[in-house]
Amino acid sequence: MSLDPATVRRIAKLARLHVEDGDVPRLQGELNGILGWIEQLNEVDVEGIAPLAGAAAMAMRLREDTVTDGGIPELVLANAPDRAGNFYAVPKVVE
Amino acid sequence: MLTDLTLVQARDGLRRRSFTAAELTDAHLDAIAVHNPALNAYITVTADLARQQAAAADAALAGGDTRPLLGLPLAIKDLFCTKGTRTTAGSRILESFVPPYESTVTANLLRDGAVFLGKANLDEFAMGSSNMTSAYGPVQSPWTRGDGAKLVPGGSSGGSAAAVAARLALGATATDTGGSIRQPASFCGIAGIKPTYGRCSRWGIVAFASSLDQAGPVARTVEDCAVLLGSMAGFDPLDSTSAQLPVPDFAAACARGVRGLRIGVPREYRSDDMPQEVEALWQQGLGWLREQGAEIVDVSLPHTKYGLATYYIVAPAECSSNLARYDGVRFGLRVDGQDLTDLYERTRAEGFGAEVKRRIMIGTYVLSAGYYDAYYLRAQKVRALILRDFMEAFQHVDALVTPTAPSAAFAQGENMDDPIKMYLNDIFTVPASMAGVPGMSVPGGLDAQGLPLGLQVLGRPFDEETVFAVAAALERAAGFAHRPGGLA
Repeated sequence: MSLDPATVRRIAKLARLHVEDGDVPRLQGELNGILGWIEQLNEVDVEGIAPLAGAAAMAMRLREDTVTDGGIPELVLANAPDRAGNFYAVPKVVE
Repeated sequence: MLTDLTLVQARDGLRRRSFTAAELTDAHLDAIAVHNPALNAYITVTADLARQQAAAADAALAGGDTRPLLGLPLAIKDLFCTKGTRTTAGSRILESFVPPYESTVTANLLRDGAVFLGKANLDEFAMGSSNMTSAYGPVQSPWTRGDGAKLVPGGSSGGSAAAVAARLALGATATDTGGSIRQPASFCGIAGIKPTYGRCSRWGIVAFASSLDQAGPVARTVEDCAVLLGSMAGFDPLDSTSAQLPVPDFAAACARGVRGLRIGVPREYRSDDMPQEVEALWQQGLGWLREQGAEIVDVSLPHTKYGLATYYIVAPAECSSNLARYDGVRFGLRVDGQDLTDLYERTRAEGFGAEVKRRIMIGTYVLSAGYYDAYYLRAQKVRALILRDFMEAFQHVDALVTPTAPSAAFAQGENMDDPIKMYLNDIFTVPASMAGVPGMSVPGGLDAQGLPLGLQVLGRPFDEETVFAVAAALERAAGFAHRPGGLA
């Protein structure tokens, strides 16, 4: 399976990465190299094998459904690039 | 020189009042001032904070306080959030990020009295095997070879390993996702352990691949690593994958010896293109263990050859999800755009480096509609087979011993032309990451160019004690006392 330039642009869009047109051929080559290499997994017989999502051989813990944190807007917003009062500020998204 | 002491020697010296914590910290800060401009092992040096912590430690020592790390100066990989101290993850996108909270692992170290010298350099978001992807410049290894080339310290914990090898810290925190503790430890001639997944809390560590990321220490001896891991580890309700298990006395395990242990040698780790010196050291290491009473047993891990390819689906998939949070809105860099989507895209394009963007795109692709089953789901099934290989082997043996890396350190700029060439550095470390089992690298000897080569010890889940016992036995037999040449 080989990625074409349109697919490279689509992946970049899904990943929210701006890509200049001039960079598409280089990315296409690199991504196809990596994807071609990982296709070796197709030779493994995985019939009947349950997928393993993580290495932690443990059940998820539950905790009490209580509020454990909050009331710290200054700390939450301390690293915000832009803010308006106790809110993050972004460019206008509705007319 | 105070900076030549091991962590345990420094601890004992402080308790005996042979020197003060202030003197010990100043000696390290002086060494950093001399060597860091060339090595670039630290991104941020927190000299004032370190001196305050050292002064507090001296007061506590005078009162008879015996906390395990009291007054001992450490480097902290710049992936651990440190309250009030900038934490960059080696990325431009976090250039100005100052965490308002402390990671659990660093909080545990502070609880036990440690002094923080500063934040150690790393590959961007811990993605790399050479420390060449840091936005703050590459780290230079303190080791040198005949041709005078600048060598990489390995990665991603390259700054941590270089700082410890160069005597710019007694020990350091590091993290390992596919080999990022063990490979730099091997390249820099020091010890480092990736404990079992779940042993150290991931809370407050900048996330790369959450099902693989695990914190551990690097230090100049196996016992120093044991002391550090004893403080770093422990159950944390803030990490849903944190193991609710007591922390054993790892340092005591270092003295156990290997008599009667069965040590496995996975035949799939052997290949025709393995450098002769790496193969020779491996055999030497097995001989050392045999002489100390261990039984050496051949075992098979049949899916070893698929470890890297599996890793390069699973880790990018998780990275593309984890790094979605860097949007230019809540924290970190913002680059303005003509609308909100353009702001996201330009912020991320400018804030992330080439390797990080490559992995985000691979991860996005393997998780996208129509490809999820063919790539991601299949990789998760192969991962199950890799784990099964280890569990079957551990029915017959107590630990496995392999080389840590397929070569000694390479020069800056080498292996840069093809991403896959760089990925192959982790061929011996990745399978244990996929399985979540503990792994340690210990220096075994030097190659013909005078560069360190490490041996890797792998153990059963949550049996770091046996890993420490075997690693300490290798360390005693190797008697590795070489110092990096670049310090002269």
